[in-house]
Amino acid sequence: MGYKARFKVWRGDKSGGGLEDFSVDVNEGEVVLDIVHRLQATDAPDLAVRWNCKAGKCGSCSAEINGRPRLMCMTRMSTFAEDETITITPMRTFPVIRDLVTDVSYNYEKARMVPAFSPPADLEPGDYRMAQVDVERSQEFRKCIECFLCNDTCHAVRDHEENKTSFSGPRFLMRISELDMHPLDTVDRREVAVQEHGLGYCNITKCCTDVCPEHIKITDNAIIPLKERVADKKYDPIFSIASLFGKTKERARRTPPPGKNA
Amino acid sequence: MATTGIESPGRAQIGVKTLRTDRWWIAPLLTFLALTAFVVYSGWRVFSNQYYFAEPYISVYYSPCITTTCVPGSGFGDGFVSWWALSPALLTAWIPLAFRFTCYYYRKAYFRSFWLSPPACAVAEPHGKYTGERRLPLILNNGHRYAFYLGLLLNVVLTWDAIIAFRNSEGQWGHMGLGTVILVANAVCLWMYSLSCHSCRNAVGGRITHFSKHPLRYRMWTLISKLNTRHMQWAWISLCTVVLADFYVYLLASGRISDLTFF
Ligand code: SF4
Ligand code: SF4
Ligand code: FES
Ligand code: FES
Repeated sequence: MGYKARFKVWRGDKSGGGLEDFSVDVNEGEVVLDIVHRLQATDAPDLAVRWNCKAGKCGSCSAEINGRPRLMCMTRMSTFAEDETITITPMRTFPVIRDLVTDVSYNYEKARMVPAFSPPADLEPGDYRMAQVDVERSQEFRKCIECFLCNDTCHAVRDHEENKTSFSGPRFLMRISELDMHPLDTVDRREVAVQEHGLGYCNITKCCTDVCPEHIKITDNAIIPLKERVADKKYDPIFSIASLFGKTKERARRTPPPGKNA
Repeated sequence: MATTGIESPGRAQIGVKTLRTDRWWIAPLLTFLALTAFVVYSGWRVFSNQYYFAEPYISVYYSPCITTTCVPGSGFGDGFVSWWALSPALLTAWIPLAFRFTCYYYRKAYFRSFWLSPPACAVAEPHGKYTGERRLPLILNNGHRYAFYLGLLLNVVLTWDAIIAFRNSEGQWGHMGLGTVILVANAVCLWMYSLSCHSCRNAVGGRITHFSKHPLRYRMWTLISKLNTRHMQWAWISLCTVVLADFYVYLLASGRISDLTFF
């Protein structure tokens, strides 16, 4: 059942590099990561690749296969024709370290900027009580495996390096949305979402949703609801006046985040 | 190619805008053609100021017809705007235009197909700079909810138009023709499009943090969320029914066909 497939794999580092041709054996049931491992065992023992679980759960093996951001371990060889040349490159939004490995620190820096979960001060850990319907929405976002394929695909940073300082990408807008929907959280993150994480850069073109290997509806369920919540506060005078009369008490308990990088 | 994007220093130097091998350009191309066709057709109809009323049917673009110049029988009351000399459609047609222009789905559609920002996922966009929806005029998209509220009012009017379409051309009730079916279908599709709106989803319950304290709004939110997953489909379906409903009235009013009456 096996066949020989043609591959082009990007090799190099930040000083330069290019696509190298390989011809590799493929067996039934294999995924792209298997082929990369076979390359390491045969023609390219020093090929750098990051991986851990080979089960689509650790988020390490993100790369771009035929130009599409994907997990190598979750991309079946059977989705390609046998005579197709398959191109593998590192993610193109983050600085390359070597071959298929990129430096994803941008994502960790942005993660640290999100104000942390803040339950009411008088509530002891262990006393958290939440109804399932209240946490359900944010549970979808907990499926995230931090592969950063969404941030890799988002054109706001992919095509505009300079926006990296002011825009955190879909992964972290989703994190803010998750906390904003959390029934026990006391911080109002809406201003931070706009000012420090660049919510307004997102033009809802949904590429993050398209590539998410966990099939999280990032745009529909996290970013648009966050934009709407921000509009409640910033762009909707009628709603703001209505909330003065106590219609939206829920927000009353919310305070701005204690400080940057809290 | 802009050096700020995928060829920025430090990133893997690959040298092409995309390595995608599929036909990624088809979807933005079709979207571009369809939306352009819609805009051209609507522009022609809205400015033409004729053939918009064929008792008992009125074209969607001209309803409510609020000027004193509306053709007899088509007016909202007797029409109360007397100082307007141009097509009466111009006074109301901006509402659905604003509604659709600020719609989260259409934003995706035109940013991808008209502005190529991005044309498709992981295909480099042609612009050197990108600021998103943070400045005028695009920051106005954040006011989508207002267009949504106005759109709801318009839906009420168009629903009324569908109801009074159960008359014959002499104004007697209890009749029905192909035009009635089309106007009813159009009203239903417009309601589905509006109710599946993201602002609607936020307003009915999305903004609440404790669903458990608002069981009724939670039920509504659940329902709207289900519709919301089909928002794109409703956006296109309702766009087509709008054109169909208007074109049918155009054919009748210009005397090209006569209504197929059922009873
Ligand atoms: S929907 Fe927004 S966050 Fe997601 S990829 Fe598009 S611009 Fe980026
Ligand atoms: S949201 Fe999806 S694409 Fe983004 S990091 Fe998490 S799992 Fe990956
Ligand atoms: S190796 Fe863990 S997600 Fe692919
Ligand atoms: S009408 Fe499309 S999101 Fe509101």
